[in-house]
Amino acid sequence: MALAVQTKGLTRVFDAKRKFLRRRKPENGEPAGPVTALDGVDLEIRDGELFGLLGPNGAGKTTLIKILCTLLLPTSGEAFVAGYDVTKDPFPIRTKINMVSGGETSGYGLLTTRENIWMFSQFYGVPSKVAKPKIDELLHTFGLWDKRDSKVRVLSSGQRQKMNMIRGFVTDPDILFLDEPTLGLDVNASRVIREYVMNWVRGQKGKTVLLTTHYMMEADDMCDRLAIINNGRILAVDTPGNLKRRLKKDTTFRLEVDPLKDTSPLKGIAGVKNFSETSDGGGSVLKLTFILEEESAVSDIMSEVVRQGSKIHYLHKSEPTLEDVFISMVGRSLE
Amino acid sequence: MSETVSPVAVNLRSVWGRAYVRIVGANREPSWIFFEGLLPLLGIAVYVFIYQAFGARAIATLVADPTLSDTARAAAIAAAQANVNALVGFVVLGGTMTAFWMNVLWSMASQLYWEKEMGNLQLYMMAPMSRMSLLGGMALGGIFMTSVRAVTTLVAGVFVFGVSFQLTDPWMLMAVFFATLVALYGMGMMLASLYLLYGREAWNLSALLEEPVFLASGFYFPVRILGPAVAFAASIIPAALGLDALRQLLFPGFFGGQFWLLSVGLELTILLGLCVLFLVLARLSLGYMETLAKREGRLTSRHQ
Ligand SMILES: Nc1ncnc2c1ncn2[C@@H]1O[C@H](COP(=O)(O)OP(=O)(O)OP(=O)(O)O)[C@@H](O)[C@H]1O
Ligand SMILES: [Mg+2]
Repeated sequence: MALAVQTKGLTRVFDAKRKFLRRRKPENGEPAGPVTALDGVDLEIRDGELFGLLGPNGAGKTTLIKILCTLLLPTSGEAFVAGYDVTKDPFPIRTKINMVSGGETSGYGLLTTRENIWMFSQFYGVPSKVAKPKIDELLHTFGLWDKRDSKVRVLSSGQRQKMNMIRGFVTDPDILFLDEPTLGLDVNASRVIREYVMNWVRGQKGKTVLLTTHYMMEADDMCDRLAIINNGRILAVDTPGNLKRRLKKDTTFRLEVDPLKDTSPLKGIAGVKNFSETSDGGGSVLKLTFILEEESAVSDIMSEVVRQGSKIHYLHKSEPTLEDVFISMVGRSLE
Repeated sequence: MSETVSPVAVNLRSVWGRAYVRIVGANREPSWIFFEGLLPLLGIAVYVFIYQAFGARAIATLVADPTLSDTARAAAIAAAQANVNALVGFVVLGGTMTAFWMNVLWSMASQLYWEKEMGNLQLYMMAPMSRMSLLGGMALGGIFMTSVRAVTTLVAGVFVFGVSFQLTDPWMLMAVFFATLVALYGMGMMLASLYLLYGREAWNLSALLEEPVFLASGFYFPVRILGPAVAFAASIIPAALGLDALRQLLFPGFFGGQFWLLSVGLELTILLGLCVLFLVLARLSLGYMETLAKREGRLTSRHQ
């Protein structure tokens, strides 16, 4: 089967010091040293797949997408999209791809929604007689028909996001990159977009989507396969079902306790594979999710909690979710 | 895409798509007629009044001069009046061309930088069009949009200040005008890629080009007055050369021709050379800039 995307040892280092003709003055919050955003990524996405990329903030998801969209060069390693090398052959790739990212502010405020989408379609050479009816159809599908002749600057951020999605689909790409496409959308709009993406990939041959998301449910429901990425490295690639099955031998326990002074001893307890902590109720409750290799570890966890003088409010054993897979690999939850 | 589109079609549609924003979008709000069409008349008026005052004084001196015969006096007064008319015409023409210069500085040179901040640049760079189509579309749209404004200023200026032109060689006039525009916007296209490379530092360059160079380019007076060295330096800015040639064609008798920079033919030749030079440089610098930005991660803004 042909590969839509293939990377070999793909590495990207951002080194602020090496910028051309720039006085070296770190911008706000910019790390002083080089940042390795991608670290030897080997990935294969097949033609016709809806592939998900799941990882915490700063994991390197957007960096990977930018390289695949020919907007950023790799520091080392190789990447191929539709069989072409992103470094040597960007133009044939560009005719076959499109990209939409969440929270994008593209377009011109003075143009209408329709005009804006039309303008972007022209950069792909879509004839107006093809583009215009298609834009209208998509405006209906995404519930933006009412806003077709509104100037873009009056659109809400969710409406803008729908417009951006239409921009991505109207050029009929073979490979579509979606970087957190449902970011900030309401439940209904998110559902419409998810369903449209799934039908688009599955209802026709030769369409591939690479999607990043922070929503576990989205990844679980939509994706044929998922890669879990952290600190620029791919930790696992599999179907959501198989990923969850990996944890079948493990047990998941959820606890709610009074805040603990120190959670580090929990990590050392025999039988604990990994755990995540989030505080809730304004810091009055600590939620812990444990992935246990041995169920017997529960008693050690409870005695550690009690030893620190904390109370247990809630304890529950559950089936592993994708979230738990993530916690077991990354050591924190995505929320 | 399912059906392949020829690269020529992609690029022609891209140029039109990008130009559309400026042709349609920019004229959508009628307030431009006042701010960009009529407001420039104020700046023009200042110079017009100064030149008219000088003219009135010169004529008064001529009237009072006892050494002149009546016929000599009449001829001298007529010449002075023609020169004042030419100076006023100079200013109106200069004020009109200013619109193009400002458009090149603030809507061409700094445009890619804006686009990056707005989040459009990455979408442009990701598209299969040639980067020159992007800049070409911006330029065509800018030329159209600015021409509408410039014609408004010109017509209003000619009407308000009563300037009379002499249309000696309309074809040459058209040739010079279009060569000036292409050279100007070619310069803007070249600057656009440099701005992208230098980011915010480039604002200083625009400020420099707006004021001092603006003054030295003779928008409101014949540039030769500043001396041959400045005149020569300023003629790198296509507006200075073009303006000089346009004035020669419209006010041929001005001060006996002593303030002209070069001959019209030579000026047109230089302008055409500048067109080629700037367009080639634009292409090279854009290609270089794109590779560099892709290597350094500067094609997209950080907060995306
Ligand atoms: N242009 C850049 N210059 C310097 N560092 C960068 C640049 N772009 C990204 N980085 C760094 O690379 C790392 C990966 O960033 P990236 O945007 O790929 O993460 P992400 O997985 O998309 O995160 P998020 O979920 O927050 O969108 C981060 O540490 C980031 O600060
Ligand atoms: Mg990201």
